[in-house]
Amino acid sequence: MLTLKCPYCGILCDETELAAGGEAHVKRAGPGSSDEAFEAYLFDRENPMGVHFERWRHAHGCGKWFLAARDTVTMEVFGTYKAQTTEPPEEIVAAIRARRPEWEGRA
Amino acid sequence: MSEARSPLGGAVCQGEGAKVEELPAQGMVTLRGAMGDIADAVTAAIGLSMPSQREIVIAGDKAVAWMSPDELLLLMPHAEVQACLTTLSERLDGTHHLAVDVSDARAVFRISGAGAREVLARLCPADLSPAAFGPGELRRTRLAQVPAAFWIDEAGAFRLICFRSVARYAFDVLCGAARGAPVGFFPESDAV
Repeated sequence: MLTLKCPYCGILCDETELAAGGEAHVKRAGPGSSDEAFEAYLFDRENPMGVHFERWRHAHGCGKWFLAARDTVTMEVFGTYKAQTTEPPEEIVAAIRARRPEWEGRA
Repeated sequence: MSEARSPLGGAVCQGEGAKVEELPAQGMVTLRGAMGDIADAVTAAIGLSMPSQREIVIAGDKAVAWMSPDELLLLMPHAEVQACLTTLSERLDGTHHLAVDVSDARAVFRISGAGAREVLARLCPADLSPAAFGPGELRRTRLAQVPAAFWIDEAGAFRLICFRSVARYAFDVLCGAARGAPVGFFPESDAV
């Protein structure tokens, strides 16, 4: 069971209060992009064993989307942050590096 | 104007440690906008100060609750909703906002008694120990399978709101939890 802190209302949420939204920081390939780029945007996902960035929505609470960094194997949560960002913030990356020195960063 | 009716007509259920009552129609206005822009209008419309994160400010039959970073819930007697909306629309003219009467979209319950905390703790994934949740806070969470929000009123009993469409379900699960034998999980409980 995951417990994530909602960065908007500050509540430590049980996983059952949240709705999962898949991988975070997926950049949309919009009109004018190649078919391959659009296909990658639609279907290519990381699915790593280890550090992963995800979107979550505090569905039964404040209703806001936020992002979380966690380990998919150990379920360790490195931190959560607001959705208005295109890259993981420095403090989240630092928290991951402190716990996973071998982490190679986002692909 | 049609007569406002609560969804369950004032259903009551008495358990061993707690009592669940459905309350009559409660005036409720949802107000969305940037908190800084709407603060003055809220004070003008309801006469209460702005709540901070997760807070509910209560005075008599009125209250203002923080629902999310851009949403407030104003509580008032059912008859005063129109006057409140008029004041809000006058004060917020030209300001990006949304103010809607949601009184008829909701059901309100009162959960009282020494076992009230335990009733909610059986149904919600929220920390209900007196140290973690006390008066002045509003918690939006999951009640069994539906969204709900609750706070502690001035008398020390819990008030819970949920959508009107799930009023019967919410009442039934609350009663089921209230009828269960108390386990004394919160011996220092302050609820009355």
